[in-house]
Amino acid sequence: MEDIGLWGVPLAILAGAIRVSTPFIFVSLGEAITERSGRINLGLEGTLVFGAMTAYGVAVMTLSPWLGVLAAMAAGAVFGLVHGWICKFPKVNDIAIGIAMMQFGLGLAFFLGKPFIQPSAPKLPSIPFGGWSDVPQVQAALNINVLFLIGAALAVFLWWAFRNTRIGLILRVVGDSSDAARAMGLNPDTVRLLATAVGGALAAIGGAYLSLFYPGSWNEGISSGQGLMAVALVIFARWNPIGCFLAAMLFGGAGALGPALQSVGVTQGYYLFYAAPYVLTLAILIATSSPTRSLAGAPGALSITK
Amino acid sequence: MTIEANVPITPLSEQAGQIRPLLEWLARRAEPLAIALFAILVGLALFSLFIAVLGKSPVQLFQLMYAGGFGSWFSVQNSLSRAAPLLLTALCVALPARLGLVVIGAEGAVVLGGVAGAAIALPMIGTAPPFVVWVAMGLAGMAVGAAWIGLSGFLRHYRGVNETIASLLLAYIAIALMNHLIEGVLRDPASLNKPSTTPLPAEYMLGNIPGMDVHWGLVIGVVACIVSYILIEATSFGFAARIAGGNVRAAQIQGLPVRRLIVGFTAIAGSFAGLAGMIEVTAVQGSANASLAAGYGYTGILVAFLARHNPLAIIPVAILLGGIDASGGLIQRRMGLPDATVLVLQGTLFVVILFCETLYGRFRLFNPDLWKRSA
Repeated sequence: MEDIGLWGVPLAILAGAIRVSTPFIFVSLGEAITERSGRINLGLEGTLVFGAMTAYGVAVMTLSPWLGVLAAMAAGAVFGLVHGWICKFPKVNDIAIGIAMMQFGLGLAFFLGKPFIQPSAPKLPSIPFGGWSDVPQVQAALNINVLFLIGAALAVFLWWAFRNTRIGLILRVVGDSSDAARAMGLNPDTVRLLATAVGGALAAIGGAYLSLFYPGSWNEGISSGQGLMAVALVIFARWNPIGCFLAAMLFGGAGALGPALQSVGVTQGYYLFYAAPYVLTLAILIATSSPTRSLAGAPGALSITK
Repeated sequence: MTIEANVPITPLSEQAGQIRPLLEWLARRAEPLAIALFAILVGLALFSLFIAVLGKSPVQLFQLMYAGGFGSWFSVQNSLSRAAPLLLTALCVALPARLGLVVIGAEGAVVLGGVAGAAIALPMIGTAPPFVVWVAMGLAGMAVGAAWIGLSGFLRHYRGVNETIASLLLAYIAIALMNHLIEGVLRDPASLNKPSTTPLPAEYMLGNIPGMDVHWGLVIGVVACIVSYILIEATSFGFAARIAGGNVRAAQIQGLPVRRLIVGFTAIAGSFAGLAGMIEVTAVQGSANASLAAGYGYTGILVAFLARHNPLAIIPVAILLGGIDASGGLIQRRMGLPDATVLVLQGTLFVVILFCETLYGRFRLFNPDLWKRSA
């Protein structure tokens, strides 16, 4: 094996950014849709883990990872529907319901996922873009999963769709003002219900990626807060899908910092590097929030920015 | 977002006799209790359905849950021991909630409070008497916890950072920091498989309440709940917090020190969670290690919401959830259900209880303003 020395660090970070960012991309795109409709779903962490379990379980039983992804999407949509339906009622707090749904989703995933800790599931395919290089690290870094590419395409599509389609417009009207939406003859609750369901389905794809590609197994510690960080990431990305994609890449890179440094022999402060994505999220939140004005580009009806 | 403050309403005395004010007072007080009980029943019914669908007997499950949680003196003591940290972590959620803040990062304060307690005890062992060490540990744990959760409040007020997300991110950072410390400078070389700090000698362990197999943490937790209740209901500080929780703008116009209230309340809340971590070290674990992140901070969220952020109501709710937690092992052994069964029940109860918030003010029985004028 050729030794590429310290060049391995940026390469490993790039590879990590591509590999680690995919769940962030899907969860943050899902949350962006939900938040654009004026509601926040903090429960996506639970949806993500439940999606990971569902995808893994179905893939083990049917031997098809894609059926696993579809099943995870269905399960995620159901979680979103439950959240959206409950939040429709007066006096119900969408943030608190999100926390409750997160605990419920985690509990149910651990409960139903017990039999799937042992067996191994078929993995999602990836495309080797690194064939031109002789360096194994480069080949490994450019071995890109199909879901990453779908996520990137989805980000561009959503960016376009928010501006140029009827559905995108309806979503934004509902998110900016329930009253304006009602005046247009739209039912804000229905729109938010559907937006939360779509958000849940996308978040569950992120979970399917975790269990079916990287790290590629199901266990109770499969997620370390990706679902929650993605919510913060949407705020940072100003509810812009392209911004979500770029922010997800940044977070993936931060998450890969620890393992990358370890691979070249830096072991000091190993655990602190694990905290890098959380510290980065917090720093970004601090830098981009303001106590006096609401955030630029924030949907007007969103409770988290008030 | 706001969480409605529980402002007690003085019953208006009516011409129609003395019994009516009493009934009105009772009706208003009965509403939260009745709705909470209803929510618990609905939650248990849904959970039974889930268990029945899996082909297990819900009746057997509830029998085991009762037996494991409260069926014998042994299990009662077990439940009380598990309730002790929940009392403190629930306060960490309930106190900021009275100000309208949703803080869910108590786990971080527990973990760092435990590490701080263990770290400050190390140089004192052998030179200071146990009581002095406990006080020092308690103060260290509380200070670190206060700083950690207080930071969420500080960021909320000075930078407008959402406290829910910030506190949870801080919890993840805290766990990473703990791992860094107990694998590094604070590691006892003798702890091989499970990195820990040097264990406390037996005489420095916080003992049990006389006559019970329950450590003193329970007493500390109950006292903390009572103190918090007095703080909220009977001091001007607490009154100002309730006003600010009801309407921040109104509080600011009235000249209330909202920023000091927010930072102060989150810091007090964090100090309780830090204390919980320190008690885990000095009464249960004997050293700071990864077992500190056992999820007490997250169960505390459920306890606080179930108790509607009333510190006195936290006491029975924490004991109830401690009992459910304690019965997990028995259910696992006897019925072959996974240990996550308890988590499913907790999640179900949590969702249903928040859902039932929508029932407030809907029943004429609990709303004296809608009663017919008695002749």
